[in-house]
Amino acid sequence: METFWFIALAFMIIMYVILDGFDLGTGMFYLSSAKNDNERRTLLNSIGPVWDGNEVWLIAAGGSLFFAFPKLYASSFSGFYLPLTIVLWLLIGRALGIELRKHVDNKLWKSFWDVVFSVSSLLLVVFFGAALGNIIRGVPLKANGYFFEALWTTFTVVPYSGILDWFTVLMSVVAVATLMVHGANFISMKTSGELQLRARVISRKFNPLVILLSLVMFAATTYIRPELWNNYFNHVWGFIFPLTGLMGLTGMFYFRSKEADGKAFVSSAVFILGMMSGTAFGLYPTLLHSSINPAYSLTITNASAGSYGLQVGLIWWVIGMVLALGYFGYLFYTFRGKVVINEDSEGY
Amino acid sequence: MDAFLIHRLQFAFTIMFHYLFPQLTMGLALLIVVLKFNALRTGDESFNKSARFWAKIFALNFAMGVVTGIPMEFQFGTNWARFSAFAGGVIGQTLAMEGLYAFFLESTFLGLFLFGEKKLGPKLHFLSAVLVFLGSWISGLFIIATNAWMQNPVGFQQLPDGTFQLASFSELFTNPWLFWQYVHTMSGSVVTAAFIMCAVGAYYVLSDKNAEYGKKFLKTGLIAGVIVSIFQAFPSGDGQGKNVALYQPVTLAAMEGLFETEHGAGLTIIGQPDVENMKLDNPIIIPNMLSFLTYNRWKAEVKGLKEYPRELWPDNIPLLYYSYHIMVGLGTIFIAITMLGVFLLWRKKVFNARWYLWILMLAFPFPYIANTTGWMTAELGRQPWLIYGLLKTADGFSSNVSSGNALFTTLGFAGIYLMVGILFIILVLKEINEGPDHVKKKVSKS
Ligand code: HDD
Ligand code: HEM
Ligand code: HEM
Repeated sequence: METFWFIALAFMIIMYVILDGFDLGTGMFYLSSAKNDNERRTLLNSIGPVWDGNEVWLIAAGGSLFFAFPKLYASSFSGFYLPLTIVLWLLIGRALGIELRKHVDNKLWKSFWDVVFSVSSLLLVVFFGAALGNIIRGVPLKANGYFFEALWTTFTVVPYSGILDWFTVLMSVVAVATLMVHGANFISMKTSGELQLRARVISRKFNPLVILLSLVMFAATTYIRPELWNNYFNHVWGFIFPLTGLMGLTGMFYFRSKEADGKAFVSSAVFILGMMSGTAFGLYPTLLHSSINPAYSLTITNASAGSYGLQVGLIWWVIGMVLALGYFGYLFYTFRGKVVINEDSEGY
Repeated sequence: MDAFLIHRLQFAFTIMFHYLFPQLTMGLALLIVVLKFNALRTGDESFNKSARFWAKIFALNFAMGVVTGIPMEFQFGTNWARFSAFAGGVIGQTLAMEGLYAFFLESTFLGLFLFGEKKLGPKLHFLSAVLVFLGSWISGLFIIATNAWMQNPVGFQQLPDGTFQLASFSELFTNPWLFWQYVHTMSGSVVTAAFIMCAVGAYYVLSDKNAEYGKKFLKTGLIAGVIVSIFQAFPSGDGQGKNVALYQPVTLAAMEGLFETEHGAGLTIIGQPDVENMKLDNPIIIPNMLSFLTYNRWKAEVKGLKEYPRELWPDNIPLLYYSYHIMVGLGTIFIAITMLGVFLLWRKKVFNARWYLWILMLAFPFPYIANTTGWMTAELGRQPWLIYGLLKTADGFSSNVSSGNALFTTLGFAGIYLMVGILFIILVLKEINEGPDHVKKKVSKS
């Protein structure tokens, strides 16, 4: 039962990263690659109908975390108090950047929101990367199940390190590079002309960086938490996850060289899927590792909600997921194809 | 300041700010469905233009609701960690269901509604408006179910480790508190939307700008407004009051400023509670009315605050008392205003009654005040409990977050929300000023 919820939660988080990932990626290169108003509007219209729905995966994942593992929700959200609150502010900034720009036809107004949108997208990715880093590295969980982390302390990996140390910053860089490629693949699929060419260049330039950083990350993770490999050695089939990631990575290169933008986009999604599910596989059954004493760690058994609730949840979660995936299929289907801006297009 | 107080202030401030937006979202979603329905029925293009105009305001308001709503979802964990750990086994259900069943529906179909009018055609576009409406009202249902459980916990069991776990899913949704709270809140949100629509209509007619649209808005807004304003008092407000009397009698006494137990208690219209000396100053009271309203008998006994131990009294009785009386007072005024308006509409005089249109134009902030004070009544009345009878508010906050950190984020939210609020007002006023006919032109220019 608890295992199911672990998988369900991992699934929702991965969906969030894949879907909102391309919005965030787009935001990161938005300033540098879209030069004039028309191009910027094209980028905004590419993500316009979907970004809010994509963000709901984060909210739904948060809600499901609260539901399935209340103690983890309580402990991690209060422990990551500052970075989470800053993430909330950045989400506000990103949303306002997208939504308010179109309302006033004035150059300064638009430039202002352009910068807000782009900078908050970048910082969000940095924070999300660092969050993943913290989960892999572990946090100073005490016996009562709570902790509190400052934003940074000494930047070294010690039991009482802050949110940001060299390891988690490394994860942030990995996240930035990966979502850069992912966003660029999305935009090269949705646009044509100059914009498409520029997006392809970004994707091509960042591809090798993703490989390099992934290798560094593997080494660093093995150095910090070698025991994460235990699950793999006990259950060899688990290697299917990193292999999936490798397949995605190969696809990213291969389809980029063919300029098959749609397939390249799918490949970067598969890469994210493989890497993140591989991490989840290594972490299982620990949800949050205590860097003080492994016995204080929160696991799927000591953090979960009562079994009756989890059973009822199984029913509505599956139905709700099928519905949500249905809406998303319909939404993406309706807005398939290239975005072309003309005189009276609806939206941004 | 101690951390507990700051956590409370931050939560109260952010939730009250958040609720300014969803109330218009939920109410307006319904009125947009009405406009789109009229467009389909009559084939009159100006209904479609009206719907498009309101959709722009809706989209802005929705965006604000989203950006202020996400912090709410996270704050249960960040600021109320011990509460979350204790009660997550129950309220996690409703909050997670809200994400899955309401927000996905709402956000996907809002994307389709705003971007897809041409791609979808009139029928499907109408359908997407209906689904946006459903999504927002389902969202209201789940969040009210959460709050209703905190007001009147049902269907749970307490484990030896102190946590509350769900014991019966169906009881969670058949909570006797839920029904009246839900319909009262939903119809309260339609009051807001109706008054906003009337105010814009009145502005257009008074300034003789887009007057044709103005008349449509006035008509739609007044008819919707009168229905929900009456519904707000009776039966839904009455139903809420009876629930409070039944499940939280000490709250009722505090809301009414009733210190002594009385047979045939009177209804206080005006008066200032003096908690130190346990009496009400300058009272104007309708005799026996409170007994009648709560128990349907003129001489029924209503227990006063003195019957209850002091530590179970709500901790801010004057604020609770005033909040409640402001809500009820405004509710009465809304009934009067909208009934007068419908009467004038019926006699075909309303569009020329400038004095009346002035009143309507200026009345729009008051439903916001009524909704906010209504929530203050509910939430202050629940004190000192966070989950009524089970968990004290003082035992629910995140004790691992220091007051300095909590103050930092509270100030941050205050600053950001101030900016968000100002921007929202400026942009909405701009849209209103440009009017429904401007919609297409503006898009093509930018
Ligand atoms: C336009 C808004 C509006 C208006 C005009 C009214 N209300 Fe209200 N009221 C609300 C909006 C609201 C609300 C915001 O929806 C509340 C807050 C929490 C809740 O359940 O509904 C509420 C709560 C609330 C409660 C508190 C329940 C509790 O303590 O938990 C009572 C007893 C009433 N209402 C009764 C009334 C009566 C008798 C009214 C007579 C006119 C009235 N309300 C008008
Ligand atoms: C949107 C409408 C709501 C408003 C305006 C509102 C208002 C408030 C206010 C004013 C307080 C502060 C009370 C105090 O400091 O004594 C408060 C506290 C609180 N409310 Fe609400 N509330 C709303 C809805 C909800 C809902 C739906 C929930 C639950 C799901 C909720 C949960 C809480 C919690 C956990 C606290 C903190 C404890 C406390 O200080 O009382 N509120 N709310
Ligand atoms: C503490 C309690 C609350 C939490 C945790 C919460 C959470 C949220 C979140 C996360 C969103 C954004 C959804 C999106 O991205 O689409 C949102 C929006 C919304 N909320 Fe709340 N909310 C709370 C209180 C309320 C209350 C009391 C109501 C109504 C009765 C309400 C009704 C809505 C609606 C209709 C929306 C849709 C968009 C809009 O606000 O305009 N919320 N809320």
